[in-house]
Amino acid sequence: MELLVASAVGALTAGGVYLILRLRAFAVILGLALLSYAVNVFLFSTGRLAVNKPPVLDGYTVTDFAAYTDPLPQALVLTAIVISFGMTAVLVMFALGAYLEVGDDKIDMQAPDQPDQGATARDARDPEHEQIKFRFEPKERDV
Amino acid sequence: MNHWIIAPVILPALLAPLIAFVMRHDIVVARAASAIGTLALLAISIGLTVLAAKGETHVYYLGNWPAPFGIVLVLDRLSALMVLLTAILAVIVLLHAMITEWDNRGRHFHALFQFQLMGICGAFLTGDAFNLFVFFEVLLIASYGLMVHSGGKTRLQAGLQYVVMNLVGSTLFLFALGTLYAATGTLNIADLVVKVQESSADDSGLIRVAAMLLLIVFGIKAALVPLHFWLPATYANAPAPVAALFAIMTKVGAYAIIRIHGMAFGPDNPATDTLIGDWLFPLALLTIALGAVGVLGARRVGPLLSYAVVGSMGTLLLAVSVFDPYATTTALYYLIHSTFSAAALFLLADLIVARRGNDWLGLQPATMHNGLFAALFFVAAIGMVGMPPLSGFLGKLMILDALSAPEVIGWAWTAILVASLLSILGFARAGSILFWKSTSASMNTADVSNTAAAQDHRSAPIPAVGFDVAPAMLAVALLVALAATAGPVTSYLEATSAQIYESSGYVDAVLNGASEEAR
Repeated sequence: MELLVASAVGALTAGGVYLILRLRAFAVILGLALLSYAVNVFLFSTGRLAVNKPPVLDGYTVTDFAAYTDPLPQALVLTAIVISFGMTAVLVMFALGAYLEVGDDKIDMQAPDQPDQGATARDARDPEHEQIKFRFEPKERDV
Repeated sequence: MNHWIIAPVILPALLAPLIAFVMRHDIVVARAASAIGTLALLAISIGLTVLAAKGETHVYYLGNWPAPFGIVLVLDRLSALMVLLTAILAVIVLLHAMITEWDNRGRHFHALFQFQLMGICGAFLTGDAFNLFVFFEVLLIASYGLMVHSGGKTRLQAGLQYVVMNLVGSTLFLFALGTLYAATGTLNIADLVVKVQESSADDSGLIRVAAMLLLIVFGIKAALVPLHFWLPATYANAPAPVAALFAIMTKVGAYAIIRIHGMAFGPDNPATDTLIGDWLFPLALLTIALGAVGVLGARRVGPLLSYAVVGSMGTLLLAVSVFDPYATTTALYYLIHSTFSAAALFLLADLIVARRGNDWLGLQPATMHNGLFAALFFVAAIGMVGMPPLSGFLGKLMILDALSAPEVIGWAWTAILVASLLSILGFARAGSILFWKSTSASMNTADVSNTAAAQDHRSAPIPAVGFDVAPAMLAVALLVALAATAGPVTSYLEATSAQIYESSGYVDAVLNGASEEAR
């Protein structure tokens, strides 16, 4: 089981890092989601892996603590899940806002010292990007 | 248990939703509530600092759970100082935001501002590593909102990369905490100090990994090279009052390094030995160098100041990296100074950019009140680069004095002195372009650029000078005051760093405080 959990964490992390390095909004959001899954599984396993053991004490007169698993990492994981869920929502809104405003889903700055040459000039330099891109057309009722 | 300890967290936490839900349509009421709340925070933090100055470590047990099991808030000299610093900065920044109408250019400024204060104060007060993570998230999520306040193309782009950067940082933080918990079985900082000391040699590998991961996480916050790259784009494109408030955000990272690495992973610890210092010292040198080069090479006001912040963080972390009481005293003095000088410069830059219409360092006719702004910029820049007579000079002098051990003196003195020279050149160049040459410039070469700052001010009329320079002047005045009261401030800071390195007092107060109180 250790091998299974460890390789799952490793694979999720590797996938997450790869997707984040793509620096495109959708890939980065997926990558961060994978990374947060990896960290959740990792946190869960920091309390040692145990099968069929409850984390909640059955009454206050327990003497044999070996029959229970560590509850703290499970509480940490719950907190981490809630936070990463909220953060993903925020990130999606940010990415959407930036995409609608800039017309580009790249997560990178232009050189901060360069005057902006406009989205069109940038697209012309990047033919691969032109193929993937689609324009957001606001519907009548949105306007 | 003193319930005032939790007030800096509770007060903004209650005020922020109230502003967001009840007062969102009335900017005047929201301003009044926000101002009263921030002033109350200032009063509370002064009270807490007076309380902490007596030398006792006060512990607040949330839910009255005993220490290693429940979450604790700890008030010692260091956390009281940091909360006070936050409150003073918040008052200045809030004044500036209200006078220059920044808070009215987007929605929910005041609610986000209060949430930001809640996160920062919580991060300074907490005595639990996982709780520190939670407060980091609170302050970050508020800072995401503040960062893109009033919108604009470049700002949203910069905001997005800032969010992604920090989300990756948060994930690393969780990995670090997981490793730490697996190795020591605790996340309470006081308990961690004990457990790391007692750890067996088998666990030292895991503990070193956790300590390095934490250093990376705090290094991202503190803009340590090579993790600094989010900072120039973020600070240069954030709304000016927000950039000024962010002056304390980099210090959160430095504070966390002092608190966690200074107390639990210091050089006197067999598990980590000199590992942290060995990494932090050269990286801090690089940070200083990169900050100086950035200041020299910047072609806009925003990046100029951002790189000045990076350089000052390098100087601060260099003093932290030797982990000894005197060096930490000087680091804390420089921390106070660099917070106010960065805030003063960002606020001044906002006023100057508003009058020039863009933030490029180019020739342009002089604006109204050129002399006044030139004088203020001169004073604030002197403070930032560390020339006498302001507190920056004293801070750097003390840091040089603290770093005079033979094995560090060569690198440290060269880096700080050469970087100071380069920064002086950079600021002198910027100042002479902005204020001096502009008096003889007649042509209008203002190119309409799409920087965030230009977008903010494109349609804004040139405001008259009145109260709007007051907050920036206040920040500059604080630099003067900090230099004038260097004696008393330093003696408080000496006691502070003594308290940090006498970790037994902290540990005793947290772990045994509850049982003593029950007796």
